[in-house]
Amino acid sequence: MREKILAIIEKNSRIDLKDLAVLLGESETAIANEIAEMEKEHIICGYHTLINWDNTSDEKVVALIEVKVTPQRGMGFDKIAERIYQYNEVNAVYLMSGSFDFTVFIEGKTMRQVAQFVSEKLSPMESVLSTATHFVLKKYKDHGTVLAEETPDERMLITP
Amino acid sequence: MRNPLSDRIVEIPSSGIRKFFDIVSEMKDAISLGVGEPDFDTPWHIREEGIYSLEKGRTFYTSNAGLKELKVEISSYLSRRFEVTYDPEHEVIVTVGGSEAIDIALRAMLNPGDEVLIPQPSYVSYVPCTILANGVPVTIELEEKDQFKLTKEKLLEKITEKTKVLILPFPNNPTGAVMTAEELKDIAEVVIEKDLFVISDEIYAELTYGGDHTTIASFPGMRDRTVLINGFSKSYAMTGWRLGYAAAPRIILEQMLKIHQFAIMCAPTASQYAAVAALRDGDKDVQVMRESYDQRRRYLVHAFKEMGLECFEPHGAFYLFPSIKRFGMTSDEFATRLLREEKVAVVPGTAFGDCGEGFLRISYAYSLKNLKEALSRMDRFVKNLDRKA
Repeated sequence: MREKILAIIEKNSRIDLKDLAVLLGESETAIANEIAEMEKEHIICGYHTLINWDNTSDEKVVALIEVKVTPQRGMGFDKIAERIYQYNEVNAVYLMSGSFDFTVFIEGKTMRQVAQFVSEKLSPMESVLSTATHFVLKKYKDHGTVLAEETPDERMLITP
Repeated sequence: MRNPLSDRIVEIPSSGIRKFFDIVSEMKDAISLGVGEPDFDTPWHIREEGIYSLEKGRTFYTSNAGLKELKVEISSYLSRRFEVTYDPEHEVIVTVGGSEAIDIALRAMLNPGDEVLIPQPSYVSYVPCTILANGVPVTIELEEKDQFKLTKEKLLEKITEKTKVLILPFPNNPTGAVMTAEELKDIAEVVIEKDLFVISDEIYAELTYGGDHTTIASFPGMRDRTVLINGFSKSYAMTGWRLGYAAAPRIILEQMLKIHQFAIMCAPTASQYAAVAALRDGDKDVQVMRESYDQRRRYLVHAFKEMGLECFEPHGAFYLFPSIKRFGMTSDEFATRLLREEKVAVVPGTAFGDCGEGFLRISYAYSLKNLKEALSRMDRFVKNLDRKA
């Protein structure tokens, strides 16, 4: 049941508990308990809203930064990651396989603000060897959702 | 001028669904629960294979029976999923949708006057295709009390010396009824005892909920008496690609191939390449879509119960077939008024046979959002009727 709940609320966290129960053929209590349990176990870590900022008047800049680091004695990747993700500007930090170590997603108001963060906060860190900053130009799809406008139902109204 | 028309075709009434379609198309802002096709787009990897085949210039005919690799995939799919074995070389034909397969199967098997048993409510083409093939359609009226299943008794009742073919349309459009292995066994016994043949329309085979589909061809002695029809439209959301297939013993298939060869040549080539991808890598897609239909099915069953519309729980396809008998209206009246007053389009049960009177076909191949809106309008409509009653 967990996988089924997660598959639905991953796409729509605002769905009514009542609807969810009917869709899955379970009681509301059972679903509510399962969700509470998953929150407690940190399987469900939050309920966010997917916003297409391009459609607002807000200016926002998102950058993906590749970061190479040297883990030092007593300070493994996890510790370094923590020093990075504590910053509010940082949206996401992933440890990567391959030619660099972390992917860091930064959000700022302007390109300069992002650049400043990289040059003043990120690069000077002792463990950081190098960074490469890539600015996001356009988001097409995010969290499994295509951001373009919904296409209308083009099926005929009645078919056998 | 002489009458240019064939009397036989003129005598066949056009599909009842067509009449309703004309009324609906006048209403621009109606929301519909009336379609018989999936709401999903064809999975991208399948579409891409079709596009790729066009890019590579594979724009020629294939052999009449279809691409060899597709026939091989079909044969291995049928054995993997339904435990029936067919020689891809001689016992599989790729057709233009399941509908073509129904047509050519009937034409390959019937002599003038042969009777064809057609359980109803069911898909709209069985009766006219039988008539066009010189056969005599004999309908079997399925009932809600049997959950619209075909029973041994009902079958025996309609068998005469002229009966040759039984059409077996399960999982069923429009009722959503399925036949379990146990129930099919009874039917298979009668078929063998009475020396009949079966055209088994299994286009919804992948869409069953709470139990896998069984094909009647898998029972001892039945493979040689069955034309198994399936396709890509419902399971892979590929209606517009027009691709289906039939698997049958060589002696029948050879004659079907002859008709197909003269009337059609071959199924669309790009669609055939896409279908290869569907069968090779599409299991996961089918599973995801099935789960999604199942959820909506539960949602609708629940909603109709709350609305006070009596409905048996369907376990296949993507339709509900609720009864509206308590309102004292015909299906046509009910559907027309629902359309005019609340702008919700559903299909009257009578489009699928006279015994569909008193029922509606409701499709749940729609987004939850769409279903909710349509249901709340139906609820208002039903409450209004109840108040006036």
